[in-house]
Amino acid sequence: MNNTAYAGLPRTIRVDAIIAARSPWDGLVNEGETLRILDLEGNQAVDFLLYCAADDSERYSAQDTIAAQANILLRTGSILMSNEGRPMARISATTVAYHDTIGGACSCESNTLRYGHHTKSQHACVDNFLISHARDGRGKRDIVSNINWFMNVPVEADGTLGIVDGISAPGLYVDLQMQMDVIAVISNCPQINNPCNGFNPTPVRVVIASDERV
Amino acid sequence: MTSMTTFSTTDPQGARAHARAMAGTQVETMPTVPAGSTPDLPPGVTPESMVWEETIGAGGYAAKELERGARLRLVDLRGDACVSMLIFNAQRPIERLNVADTMKVQWNAYLQAGRLLLSDMGRPLMSILADDAGTHDAFCGPSNERTPRPYSDCGAWGSHPNARGRLLLGVAKFGLGRKDVHPGINWFKGVRIAPDGTTILTAGPFPPGRSVLLRAEMDIIVVLTNCPHVLDRRPTYEATPVRISAWRGPITPADDPIRNATPECLRAFLNIEEYLHR
Repeated sequence: MNNTAYAGLPRTIRVDAIIAARSPWDGLVNEGETLRILDLEGNQAVDFLLYCAADDSERYSAQDTIAAQANILLRTGSILMSNEGRPMARISATTVAYHDTIGGACSCESNTLRYGHHTKSQHACVDNFLISHARDGRGKRDIVSNINWFMNVPVEADGTLGIVDGISAPGLYVDLQMQMDVIAVISNCPQINNPCNGFNPTPVRVVIASDERV
Repeated sequence: MTSMTTFSTTDPQGARAHARAMAGTQVETMPTVPAGSTPDLPPGVTPESMVWEETIGAGGYAAKELERGARLRLVDLRGDACVSMLIFNAQRPIERLNVADTMKVQWNAYLQAGRLLLSDMGRPLMSILADDAGTHDAFCGPSNERTPRPYSDCGAWGSHPNARGRLLLGVAKFGLGRKDVHPGINWFKGVRIAPDGTTILTAGPFPPGRSVLLRAEMDIIVVLTNCPHVLDRRPTYEATPVRISAWRGPITPADDPIRNATPECLRAFLNIEEYLHR
């Protein structure tokens, strides 16, 4: 990978990893550090949760985030709020116009409702979250409404909503500057039944950068 | 309230007499026990089938286990209630309301009659049988102790309690805790989404007596609180009493119109029927 992936980031790169298509990832990101998520091939939904590292019963809250900014779309400047009403992270930059936090994560169970029981055996984001959580002493109670980076969920005037074709593209990214020490948990979405991944799950890249000199 | 002056509470006998003299006191915000003794039964409901009758005022909370088929009616008595709600599978509370799935699976974000409240396991927890309010919110969730308010004392109790703090008390009484306070629903205050994503609150006050009628599709625990909506910017803590009534009712039949309304609804009911077919 070349340096353009680091453009605009603080100078010290602590983590630079590829998350394979359909895979989970989790990592500690310290207060002040920036987590960049890059959509390598375009229109790849990245399901995302945050937990306070000191007490993981405090976690990202989509509803508190929406209420605090009085808007459902996540854009540059949006503050990701916890369920206790504390800022966890700030979107310090993004090259995509907006991201989703109302669509939730796909699951084997909800797939049976959305597409039919033939999809129950397919891999899903909730299973990725559970795999990550199990490594760290968390479980199903810790799964709440998440963020879907690079996913597009319009709400029409009568409330009709749906996951539609994305507005991301290869190389676009989102930067999160952490406001507390957090555990970030990612499911690189494996969904193949709707346009959230362009019907073709692809890898994404995560970079954690800080200003600290090693 | 009975006058205190007629009792000496210097010994247990006096304290007992004083305490017992309170019996029969009526206030607006209290449970009616037994529920069937309410003088104002819902239409067509027998006293024997009533399982819950309670009015909660500003900042009040309540929780109850309801059987599959039970009806739950919420009445916004004076038009300015905001009822935040959590729902759990009573047998396995690890299964709970999922607002994202509720919207996404039904291809619509606005709660109204005919819609399901879906769990995170692809099953319906409740159906919305009737709704003459039409202004509800599945986006913003409950207020919390850090919600910006022009008034003080917004902890879990006190003069201006926050909704999350009250829900935490409600779930605690079923052995549940902070991790169980999941994203929830607000009844009676409406949030609509503008084309640019802005949340638009319709705060009222509304005409008195608006109501919502729900049906339990499995054995559930419901937890309710009545606090100002998180986006309510009024200078004072406004939440008028809400009446909660619940009664036993028939389990959803195979020809139920909500069950058969859409392919997604039908599969949700097939899933719950299969889950309970043991």
